[in-house]
Amino acid sequence: MSGKAGIIIISHSFEIGEGIKKLIDQVIEDVPIALACGTENGEIGTSMERIQSAIDQVGNENGAVLLYDLGSAKMNAEMVLELVDRNNLQIAEDVPLVEGSYIAAVEANLGKTVEEIMVSLDKLKIDHSS
Amino acid sequence: MIILTVDQAVEWMKEIQKRMDEHKEQLTVLDQAIGDGDHGINMTRGFTEVTAKIHHVNYDSVSDVLKSAAMTLMAKVGGASGPLYGTAFLKMSVAMQGKDVDEHVFKQAIKEAVDGIHSRGKADFGEKTMYDVWSQVADFLEEEEVNDWGGMVEVCQATIEDTREMIATKGRASYLKERSKGHVDPGSMSSLYIFEALVEVLELEG
Repeated sequence: MSGKAGIIIISHSFEIGEGIKKLIDQVIEDVPIALACGTENGEIGTSMERIQSAIDQVGNENGAVLLYDLGSAKMNAEMVLELVDRNNLQIAEDVPLVEGSYIAAVEANLGKTVEEIMVSLDKLKIDHSS
Repeated sequence: MIILTVDQAVEWMKEIQKRMDEHKEQLTVLDQAIGDGDHGINMTRGFTEVTAKIHHVNYDSVSDVLKSAAMTLMAKVGGASGPLYGTAFLKMSVAMQGKDVDEHVFKQAIKEAVDGIHSRGKADFGEKTMYDVWSQVADFLEEEEVNDWGGMVEVCQATIEDTREMIATKGRASYLKERSKGHVDPGSMSSLYIFEALVEVLELEG
């Protein structure tokens, strides 16, 4: 397990997170993945506390890539990162959650660094201009 | 002259809570039209938690009251409004740290809050978000020698009317494109209640 970058999946929905994890688990077993999905009481939403504990789980010395679904998930992630102040945690902005998480996991499994994974995810970016 | 005391700051939070509760349905209806329909519930829950928390604490400064409110809002309000309002109150708290809140400190705090909302939400003026309302209030405070705080509420109301016909380009409403036209932005409306509550307590004798 050591040596691999972590993946943090931030979604408004617990089930979405679980679903993506299952999808990844089918092919990849030893990449550290943590979920921060839904609120503390199981409702739709995201929470800074959950993001923080996901970082505590997988944000080791290799760092982690954070992927999110909708707007406020990103804001919460940004606030947590401002508080923890570590430069090996990166938010994959405007990257679709399912595809992004899957590709990030594949790349992490190959031993790619957080920076290298971010470059790969760049190709998936959603264009908001149209 | 001190314009906002600790007691008034606590009262501000209570007045906000009262208004969110009164307008819960309205905020929800607005959010159902162009968002995910939880703004009324979220705001009521958030400020109910805020008032419950500050009720049990003796605060030394306005800054501490607002910091407490900020932390609670970040943790308890779902949706984008938690981080945005949390950031706004946190920035105000930082601007007021170690200071009595006179007119100058107050105006500076609002300005910092607006900058905070701007950088957190990455919205620019005219994108039909709460940032429109907050930035207009800050502009008003910057330009005016304020004798009548009620002017802030008028600015909020005017901005809400001005942005009603705009197309939202930020947040969940932006997915609706043209269909967001004609609907009032829920975050702008809840911002109005925050300023209404503020004006109410500023006009109390400190």
